Amino acid sequence: MSASTTPGPGTGPGGFDLDLRSALRGSGQTVGVFVALVALITFGVLRYENFGGAYNIASFLNYNAMFILISIGMCLVIITGGIDLSVGSVAAFSSVCAAYLSPYGIQVALPGGVLAGVAFGAINAFVILVLRVPPFIATLATLLGAKGGSLVLSGAETIAVDWGSNFTKLGMEKAFDTVPWSILICAVVAVGAWVMLERTSLGRTLLAIGGGEEASVLMGLRVGRAKAFAYLFSGGCAGLAGVFLASGFGAGQPLEGVGWELSAIASVVVGGTLLTGGLGSITATVLGALLLGLVFNILNFENGLGTISLSAYWQQVIRGGFLFLVILLQMHVARRRLPRRSPLREDTDP
Amino acid sequence: MSAVAPGAADGRRSRGGLAWRSRLARHGTLIALVALLLVNVLFTPNFLHLQTLFVNISQVATIAIVAVGMTLVIATGGIDLSVGAVMALAGALAPPIFGSDFAVAHPALGLVAAIGLPLLVAMACGAFNGVMISVLRVQPIIATLILFISGRGIAQVLTNGNLQTFSNPAFSYLGTGRVFGLPFQGWLALGIAAAAFWVVTRTIHGRHLLAVGGNERAAELSGVPVRRVKIGVYMVCAFLSGIAGLVVVAINSASDAARNGQLMELDAIAAAVVGGALLQGGRAPVFGALLGAVIIQLVKYTLLANGIEDEVALIAKAAIIVAAVALQQGRRE
Repeated sequence: MSASTTPGPGTGPGGFDLDLRSALRGSGQTVGVFVALVALITFGVLRYENFGGAYNIASFLNYNAMFILISIGMCLVIITGGIDLSVGSVAAFSSVCAAYLSPYGIQVALPGGVLAGVAFGAINAFVILVLRVPPFIATLATLLGAKGGSLVLSGAETIAVDWGSNFTKLGMEKAFDTVPWSILICAVVAVGAWVMLERTSLGRTLLAIGGGEEASVLMGLRVGRAKAFAYLFSGGCAGLAGVFLASGFGAGQPLEGVGWELSAIASVVVGGTLLTGGLGSITATVLGALLLGLVFNILNFENGLGTISLSAYWQQVIRGGFLFLVILLQMHVARRRLPRRSPLREDTDP
Repeated sequence: MSAVAPGAADGRRSRGGLAWRSRLARHGTLIALVALLLVNVLFTPNFLHLQTLFVNISQVATIAIVAVGMTLVIATGGIDLSVGAVMALAGALAPPIFGSDFAVAHPALGLVAAIGLPLLVAMACGAFNGVMISVLRVQPIIATLILFISGRGIAQVLTNGNLQTFSNPAFSYLGTGRVFGLPFQGWLALGIAAAAFWVVTRTIHGRHLLAVGGNERAAELSGVPVRRVKIGVYMVCAFLSGIAGLVVVAINSASDAARNGQLMELDAIAAAVVGGALLQGGRAPVFGALLGAVIIQLVKYTLLANGIEDEVALIAKAAIIVAAVALQQGRRE
């Protein structure tokens, strides 16, 4: 990345923005994702009877709340030019922790699960910042470690939650009889992350690091602290997703979370965040996660109609194909607008 | 990425500490190997048996074969996450081919097709990766993520997710044959490593490979065909993954697309890194990768043979990867 300009504050609505690059592509992409989302929803409502029903909407959002959460965490990490591959198995680990803590009620299990996630985030931050291991390798190792940890902790079995306590309320009941708790909490996290990224100096620092780490250090920004925050936050989001997992499905699931990191990365990429860092938007990431979830929701409905019959194996193929499509689209958009830079372009390490 | 950190951190670290660290890093692989062997001789029951050697060789071979390919990819500064998926795909294709009517009628031709076609498909996967990375300039992690996700899915769709068992002695030789009393795939891995070593050290292609990894821009300016080198290296890696996939299928006399090559990308990356490959590119220690594969296998075997659960082995592997890379950072300075 060029170190001469500090990238603008990203692409969120209302973000005051002088950076041509982010202004052009970032917001363009957000609009594009939004249009695609609306188009898919319209298609679904017209084609399927129960698509727009309250049940489908609630269960769709409830299920995807987990993916939105880890995508938000992933987005912050990717903005700094890093990556967090450990989110899936960290979520599985914290779902086991939360299930064990569930007899004490939500007030213990929720913070417990989140803290478990934050602890893995701290390990990531330590290995990346102190041992200076590249994020890709460090979080790959944490992926293995958390997976092994959750299998050891649970004896490789699903851990049933305590149905007597209020723990399952979180994933299965509605707040004030209107919105499921998980969606409400997810929305709060999303708004919090947006405010942090767009309106605080910490957010600016994160964006600056991704734009040019060396320049950020020379400018006197607290680079280490901000990066550590990104990994801790991502770990916390994964932990929260794990709590939702345990609460929504009634069990801590040590084998869950495989491939979640890919969904999260795909959501972030769909949202137009540069994988090389320096640019990114929480809004677009949330929209990207919703879009990805919606594709599968529609496929499920289509399966239900009986017009196509896709085995579970097709899901992976489609997921990969979708990622491929998004990358091609991003390339196309980027090439047309800015001939010399493409969003996923390989970072030439100094 | 790491251009800033070294200067900042080194000032604080003492010279003695640095020297110790770099010495450990330089010989770390060998020290680890000797230590592992010692621990095993002392504690693992029946370690000094020929049978143990055979088991370990037949299991390490696939890791080693893929690790050689991964080392070449890492030498260009890239990474290939799709190796496990390519293994599954190649492995899933072989049984239907030599089980077909044509192959039953012409056993020799059928065998050639059963080995050749899956490898061609594997190379096509590699070409896809290479084109994404060198022509479309997608980051290697993301580009190979596509096949990492969907490759295994394609294999499962092709086989309906079924386990394909077969009985074909000629094909099974890949995984169960013996040459001079040692498993065939061990020799295969050794041969592949020797060939890769020769290419890297003695041919212009090897020079190009290292030049691209060392400084891509400079390589391009001095006339290295960067695109061709990159596409080629991902094709070679996929080709080797395909071979490993066939070997696994031959060992089991069955093809299971869900399990073949599962987590192989981690083993291969770990082996390459432990063997001394720099993630930034520019180095291709092929025999180091072989050594790294042996270490990864020995760690797995040690834990397993001493009754420690598989899950703990995962954590141990994670620790090894981090330690190897952390030491590597020391060596670079």
